Amino acid sequence: MINMSDKTVEIRWHGRGGQGAKTACLLLAEAAFFSGKYVQGFPEYGPERMGAPITAYNRISDHELTVHSNIYTPDHVVVVDETLLHTVDVLKGLKEGGILIINSKKSAAEIREMLGGYDGKLCVVDAERISTETLGRNFPNTPMLAAVVKASGVLDITRFTNDMRKSFGHKFRTKPEVIEGNMKALQQTLDEVTVE
Amino acid sequence: MKKMKAADINETISWQDITLGAEIYEPATSRYVQTGEWRVMTPVFKEDKCKQCLLCVPFCPDSSIPVSEGRRTDFDFYHCKGCGICVTVCPFDAIDYVREEK
Amino acid sequence: MAIRERMSGNEAVATAMRQINPDVCGAFPITPSTEIPEYFSQFMANGLVDTQFVPVESEHSAMSVCIGASAAGARAVTATSSAGLAYMWELLYVAASSRLPITMAVSNRALTGPISIGNDHSDSMGARDSGWLQIYAENNQEVYDNFIQGILITEATRLPVMICQDGFITSHGVANIELLEDEKVRDFVGEYEPEEYLLNAENPLAVGPYGTAPYYMEVKRAQAQAMKEAGTAILDVARRFEELSGRSYGFIEEYRMEDAEMAVVAIGSSAGTGKAAVDQLREEGVKAGLVKVRVFRPFPAKELAEALGKVKAAAIMDKAESFSGCGGPMFAETRSALYDLEQRPALVNYIYGLGGRDVTVDHFFHVFRDLEEICSGGEVGEVYRYIGVRDGGAEK
Repeated sequence: MINMSDKTVEIRWHGRGGQGAKTACLLLAEAAFFSGKYVQGFPEYGPERMGAPITAYNRISDHELTVHSNIYTPDHVVVVDETLLHTVDVLKGLKEGGILIINSKKSAAEIREMLGGYDGKLCVVDAERISTETLGRNFPNTPMLAAVVKASGVLDITRFTNDMRKSFGHKFRTKPEVIEGNMKALQQTLDEVTVE
Repeated sequence: MKKMKAADINETISWQDITLGAEIYEPATSRYVQTGEWRVMTPVFKEDKCKQCLLCVPFCPDSSIPVSEGRRTDFDFYHCKGCGICVTVCPFDAIDYVREEK
Repeated sequence: MAIRERMSGNEAVATAMRQINPDVCGAFPITPSTEIPEYFSQFMANGLVDTQFVPVESEHSAMSVCIGASAAGARAVTATSSAGLAYMWELLYVAASSRLPITMAVSNRALTGPISIGNDHSDSMGARDSGWLQIYAENNQEVYDNFIQGILITEATRLPVMICQDGFITSHGVANIELLEDEKVRDFVGEYEPEEYLLNAENPLAVGPYGTAPYYMEVKRAQAQAMKEAGTAILDVARRFEELSGRSYGFIEEYRMEDAEMAVVAIGSSAGTGKAAVDQLREEGVKAGLVKVRVFRPFPAKELAEALGKVKAAAIMDKAESFSGCGGPMFAETRSALYDLEQRPALVNYIYGLGGRDVTVDHFFHVFRDLEEICSGGEVGEVYRYIGVRDGGAEK
């Protein structure tokens, strides 16, 4: 895991419209905000339709953030839908030592193969399986968020877990079973995912 | 800048004295404007023929047909522009329409 | 104690509106400002405000609602973008010349041709001569602060005010923000008590009369005077706001300009990106600075002349074309502001970031490299330039 440092961490998200990549990006901004960080979470708006490839960005820092451009050399890249690997150059600009975090049922070796022999850091998370096991449905956002936090090391895990419990508690105060489901999804992801 | 009434605002006023946003601090100031002077043709009210149906009143675009206690009276010639609409809508031929001698 | 939060620029504006609790909001949705009335409608539905919200069928009507409400004596607000602002055009002039206080949030977006939802300043820059005050924000914090101040500025000057932010870039970007407590904002803006208003039966009033030739010009001259004097109210409100929030605002913000030899002048979110470039260049020993224009109407001619009079070369950034054939609106006005200086810096103009074209720190490095060349005696050459555009070589 990368140590928390005082430099700004830049993350780029790839997803498809309607899959929640933007929401997950904003959730990460929120989690980082709860951890006392300066944050930015912003989508890049293109064709706003279901299924169209979308990009979203996070900057997370201990210092005030003034840059308002998109991110071209991200520290980490998150791919919410593996079918994008065929159409989008998700590795573009990824920094040396940066991690590709991808939602997939495939093995790390298969993903590396799909990326033409990518040999950088990789974190594969089967968000659909984790979500189905814990929430009973495919809501990939919580596993993706947890995977990014664990793989990137950008936030303190204990504080993140506590903050998310509060956040879910607030969001789903009328549905306690959803709170527990999300916390299980979060914990299971934190336990399962590794960077290789 | 004074809170001016319409009568105070005339063509000698400077930009420093003109009211804020050209506001006029009284309502319905159009009644001070003598549009009757524009008249070429003039309606003539023939009271003996009038049945007091009052159809002419709402048709008048310049509110120049005064009504008092449910009955119309003679035209308000300070404002009547002589458009002749009342002449056309009157079902009883109670309004003549003549060239005005000035 | 300030409230630490994180939210988008649009939510920040809607939050300011909620805290202000205006009498009337007339609005019609248009990307990227739509979220403002959306959030505000939720506040209304939840009983957090008692504003009369008037959903209308067009922006022309939205502005008409604000004009009617303001003339009637109500505190009126709205929000729009791009084509929505363009559709208000006729009414912008009615509001300004009738001297009606209205606070309007603008999430800046390109005007169509080609169709675009991307950010640039062509919408509000196009409306720069309508008689509205214009205040631009670098980030969500500033747009929140500016909107609250806007209420008092518009009421003190009796000139309507546009509170602008960069569409999508800050309107949809979630970032940290410090909110003021509801009661503090309510105390700050107070109750709106106009001296004269249409719904005052005791003192009837006529608004918006026909301005025949003998009167029209005097009305315009008085309006121009109000714009000339508006700066006093803007600074006065800023001073009071600083007492409340600790955050200080002026017409322009000078960033590392004390000993700067070259400067970039920018509006909006790009100023923040430019600051990052300045910081890095300073570390390399380059005497770079940045001037951010916060208030564009009235134009801060004196302040810009003072700030730029000290540098050897400056680049004026325009996020809007004016198709004058010789530069954008910021450039034209800034260059004019510097004309009377005995020692003028060399000025160049960059049109940038049109229709959502991203603006990076590298772009600013490029601009500063150009300025360095000018400073070291290089020829200035063509002053009307583009940056961030694909360039196939020599002009045809």
